[in-house]
Amino acid sequence: MKKMIAAALTGIMVVSLAAAVSAEDGTLVMATNAEFPPYEYHEGDEIVGIDAEVAALVAEELGLELKIEDMSFDSVLAAVQSGKADIAMAGITVTEDRKQVVNFSDTYMKATQMIIVAEDSEIAGPDDLVGKTIGVQLGTTGDIYVEDVEDATVERFSKGFEAVQALIQGKVDAVVIDGEPAKVFVQENEGIKLLDDPFTEEEYAIAIAKDNEELLTQVNDALADLKESGKFDEIVDKYIGDNADEAESETEA
Amino acid sequence: MQVIMERLYLNFVKDNRWQYLANGLKTTLIVTLGAVMIGILIGFVVAVVRSTYEKTKKLKILNLVCRLYLTVLRGTPVVVQLLIIYFVIFGSVSINKTFVAIVAFGLNSGAYVAEIIRSGIMSIDEGQFEAGRSLGFNYPQTMIFIILPQALKNVLPALANEFIVLLKETSVAGYIALEDLTKGGDIIRSRTYDAFMPLIAVALIYLVMVVTFSKLVNILERRLRNSER
Repeated sequence: MKKMIAAALTGIMVVSLAAAVSAEDGTLVMATNAEFPPYEYHEGDEIVGIDAEVAALVAEELGLELKIEDMSFDSVLAAVQSGKADIAMAGITVTEDRKQVVNFSDTYMKATQMIIVAEDSEIAGPDDLVGKTIGVQLGTTGDIYVEDVEDATVERFSKGFEAVQALIQGKVDAVVIDGEPAKVFVQENEGIKLLDDPFTEEEYAIAIAKDNEELLTQVNDALADLKESGKFDEIVDKYIGDNADEAESETEA
Repeated sequence: MQVIMERLYLNFVKDNRWQYLANGLKTTLIVTLGAVMIGILIGFVVAVVRSTYEKTKKLKILNLVCRLYLTVLRGTPVVVQLLIIYFVIFGSVSINKTFVAIVAFGLNSGAYVAEIIRSGIMSIDEGQFEAGRSLGFNYPQTMIFIILPQALKNVLPALANEFIVLLKETSVAGYIALEDLTKGGDIIRSRTYDAFMPLIAVALIYLVMVVTFSKLVNILERRLRNSER
């Protein structure tokens, strides 16, 4: 039995060592969860969205080729930590807990956690969530902050749209999720609405491994360049705001 | 060592995170036990129907229904079945997710149990049936008192194997936001951003459960073999 345990542990160590080998030269590997419109989502056989396009430009500035790895949101930071990915962009909100495990670039987007409810719901604001059943996506800031709501039952779905689906089917009373995806979900589904008051306000940044200070500086420089040249705003306008019609109608596919 | 202690503290002690695992374990056990019971019930009925048809050509329609059930349940992944039951069949109602999981895994397991028990029934020598009939037993009596006890003993290892698979298969219950053991580990992982500790802990708990269960089955097998002498 002891030998078996020893063998198992050795196996685990070998596997984790293999995982720690950093990404190949010449590519910038980005970890994301591509079910989060308009920041990142699948369109045809590509992953598109604000994060994907910004990452492509950052990679270009660094002279690297961007490679996007799609995974569940709760694995995204672990991927950066373990060196499987160089950066993580998945609408990641900067929080104190997360700062303990990864470095964050300068923030690039302001975001809100919004509440989606059924059209005939009595819930009118964050205070009404007390005692309700709330659907969230596992590991998102919505999930983390909702834990503080009194007496609320939290249902953690792997995917944001599944939480929304549960809401439409009456399985949960409300969904707390990032503002921009929330708008897309409400637009594409009948019978649900977005509350005006945000649940929380927060900021997104790019996550980079703790031991990779060099990349952090490079990414921050690239971000600053993009903001200055106006390219960054171009991308944001394409997906959010007045010029977003084209992009949003495409998400229905 | 210090680092390991810190990580243990962060992953399991801080904010009472071990409770995610404890509650998850409870859910996993409830779902597995419930599913095993449904599985055995369905399995027995389907196996008896199918072998009765094969031996006597009776129950033709029931046999067709059973074959359809086997084809569909064995031909599709359990996680897809789980999602269908939760989001499609119980689409417009709020329903207890533990119940959904028990039904889904029970239905799925029943298909495999049925085939295992049927293989046991078919493995019993035809002479045993004839012996039963010549003793004046009718078909059901022969089945219940002579065939099934022998068949069950023969398929015990295969049945135990099925229940081990079932226990581990329930790890996909997180797809319907049910907080089972695996999901409990995932929640910790999403809070601490540490992959190692929660995943290894979850794996160890499954391992201990399976090893314990295998030991119990071994003892049972030995007891049953003793009765042969």
